[in-house]
Amino acid sequence: MFTYYFDLALRSLKRNKVLTALMVLAIAVGIGASMTTLTVMHVLSGDPLPGTSSRIFYAQVDNDPMPGDRHVEPPDMMDYQSAMDLWNAKRADRQALVVNPFPEKVSAPDVSRPPLMVQMLSTTSDFFPMFGVPLEYGSGWTPDDDRKRARVVVISSDLNDKLFDGGNSVGRTLVLNKHAVRIVGVLKPWRPSPPFYDVRGGRYANGDTASFYGKPEGLFLPISASLEMNDGDFQQFNCWSMPPKPGHLVNAPCNWMGLWVQLDSPAKVAAYRGFLAHYAREQKGLGRIQFTETRLRDLMQWLAFNRVVPRDVKLKMWLAFAFLAICLFNTVGLLLAKFLRRGGEIGVRRALGASRRAVFAQCLTEAGLIGFIGGFFGWLLALLGLWLVRHQQAPYSDLVHLDLSMFAVTFVLAIAVSLLAGAMPALRASQISPALQLKTL
Amino acid sequence: MQIRPILSALKKHRVATVLIVMEIALACAVLCNACFMIADRLSAMQIKSGVDEASLGFIALQGYDPKNSNDLDARVIAGLGAISGVESVHVINSVPFGMQAANVGITLDQAGKEFRGVPEIYLGSPGTPQALGLQLVAGHMPANEDYQPVQGYFPPSSNVLITRTLAKHLWPGESPLGKEFWSDKYQFRVIGVVAHLSVQQYDEEGERGAQWTVFVPALPGPNFSGTYLIRAKPEDLDRVMVEAKAAIATIAPDAVLDREDSTTVPVLRTRFFAADSAMAGMLVGVIAALLGVTALGIVGLASFWVAQRRRQIGIRRAIGATRGDILRYFQTENFLIVSFGIALGMLLAYVINAVLMKFYELPHLPLYYLPFGALALWGLGQLAVLGPALRASHVPPVVATRSV
Repeated sequence: MFTYYFDLALRSLKRNKVLTALMVLAIAVGIGASMTTLTVMHVLSGDPLPGTSSRIFYAQVDNDPMPGDRHVEPPDMMDYQSAMDLWNAKRADRQALVVNPFPEKVSAPDVSRPPLMVQMLSTTSDFFPMFGVPLEYGSGWTPDDDRKRARVVVISSDLNDKLFDGGNSVGRTLVLNKHAVRIVGVLKPWRPSPPFYDVRGGRYANGDTASFYGKPEGLFLPISASLEMNDGDFQQFNCWSMPPKPGHLVNAPCNWMGLWVQLDSPAKVAAYRGFLAHYAREQKGLGRIQFTETRLRDLMQWLAFNRVVPRDVKLKMWLAFAFLAICLFNTVGLLLAKFLRRGGEIGVRRALGASRRAVFAQCLTEAGLIGFIGGFFGWLLALLGLWLVRHQQAPYSDLVHLDLSMFAVTFVLAIAVSLLAGAMPALRASQISPALQLKTL
Repeated sequence: MQIRPILSALKKHRVATVLIVMEIALACAVLCNACFMIADRLSAMQIKSGVDEASLGFIALQGYDPKNSNDLDARVIAGLGAISGVESVHVINSVPFGMQAANVGITLDQAGKEFRGVPEIYLGSPGTPQALGLQLVAGHMPANEDYQPVQGYFPPSSNVLITRTLAKHLWPGESPLGKEFWSDKYQFRVIGVVAHLSVQQYDEEGERGAQWTVFVPALPGPNFSGTYLIRAKPEDLDRVMVEAKAAIATIAPDAVLDREDSTTVPVLRTRFFAADSAMAGMLVGVIAALLGVTALGIVGLASFWVAQRRRQIGIRRAIGATRGDILRYFQTENFLIVSFGIALGMLLAYVINAVLMKFYELPHLPLYYLPFGALALWGLGQLAVLGPALRASHVPPVVATRSV
């Protein structure tokens, strides 16, 4: 039966080419626009650590002593004292501190290349296992290296390509400013979307958060060694009074360290919350801090709190769907015109014994076919749209690709939309009474 | 033209009428909001930097030993100054649309109680305000003795220039000259007011804070070096910057050129607003596509109606209606339908705007967008219906006598 309806639908589409083309065009443009923006949204709002993100938490303590109304939320980062106290307490299954020094001059003494300025991340040994960072060669450093302030470094595959043509560079030496450090690990190409461990301050960004989706740092080194090598080069998140020396933040009245913890069971999460609250109260008792708000958000909550998906991306998506809705109304109108114009033909079919259901099914088949063809052209338009996005200068441009699931969504959406558009006209068509139509013939 | 018969005729085509009304309503709502967003982006892009942008370039060096900063600055100023076409080279911490160099919270008292916001601070060596082309509106430019060494972040006590906007914000209705403000232990005294000097990167305060800037005269040293303002004639600037970047390798082999930030101010400006102009361009595209689809929808349905009513039209023609009457009938019909759509669309436009305001921090949609949206859609409707209506008016009266 379906093949017969399909054949009828094809014939009908061929009969009025202009109207068919208009409908296919409307669906294709609507689907192309909405799939382009939906794919960008899908890429940017995905879980950067699928499987483990619900066990990863970001800790916040309100250590800012300034009076005022800003103590509803603790600051996004911690000062040295708080971060070190919490880290040294080792109450989590895994824990990593993160700090961003300014970019450093990097050269490889046995390679004749001009020095590069490279963005680095100072962190602790658990960073690699906790965030599932893939390594090509070697490994991360050990907790022992953290303690001994070992001058070791893990480099990105990108930097490894630039300096060592992608070879196994474990054991080789890099010079950061004037300090020699030994490479212990080289990452595989790693492009989390976003580099979530660096996300902070989103509430001050006014929705302009595209910069969260930049590439990960080129160098990862132990905080303990970094504190010696990069002193004077640290960036503060905020300060409540001027640090005595710019960039020297260890005992400065500034927030500049982030703490991530892994907690493997709900009981541990509850215990850690209690521990944070207890720490804040204790510090207030000691007079070091004035406010006791603390937060422990899991990774996805932290990303949501920072509103990581840029305002523009969301706006574009809603615009595209509004556009799709207009295309849908349009298609409904055109289908209605088309089906009702064939009132005579439908009347004859009804008079010859076709049931209302049969007429309805045949009209829907035609609508679905239009949706499928529209979906195909919509898919091509979406590919074109994504190609345009990739050629923009946005930090996330390189991430945007149409994966298999979004490919499937394109066709499902196109056919669903056209069936939705076709339902009402088909219902109208199926209610044409045979007698009335025959009379007018 | 009588409206009542048209309305009762429309009742017979309730579904199709509702569809077009909905399409028009949605188009009206999206159109008003999209136009408003375009205007919003374009006005943000019109921000006055207050400097002679076309004559200015910026060079940033990194990776050198701060101990050698005086020597480095001397070499770079001499080396870049020797390039033909360069009018002057100054040490400056950043330029409008360049990297964010310093923003600090300021208070009107030394005790730090009267907090007044977070302006951005420009540090510049002697001659910089003139090289930037700042326009003085009150007071005077810093004299040579106002340029002092930086200790920590700023000179401990400095005589500064502020913008008119910041002056009004700090001391509304009063002359700012001679007034003081503080940031922690650093003291600033206003000696001059400039018309405009925009921030380097604005987000937090939006357009309101875009002119909250302070120019602090400073002498280069270990905490203030490695970043330079180049001034050249606009026609020379691009060539000068290419030569300057190439020359850095020989002038300062100990430093690494920050390629991203070292460019002309016009390039920095374009880059800064790239996302906004891309968004505005996309919105224009959406509006065009939207109007196109809406027009096609009207053409499609109107043609269908004309085809359906051929006999009826023929009868009307046979009993004396002129071609003009038929034409006007369809035009009035379209006008009525579009008007319903617009009425609904205005309501929808406000609902959408309220949602956007809530979730996307967009300002309030000004009322005057609505009549413009309405005019556009009325015009579009009349244009779209013209073809089918003309065809209808050409239906000969003899059709009335035929059976189909």
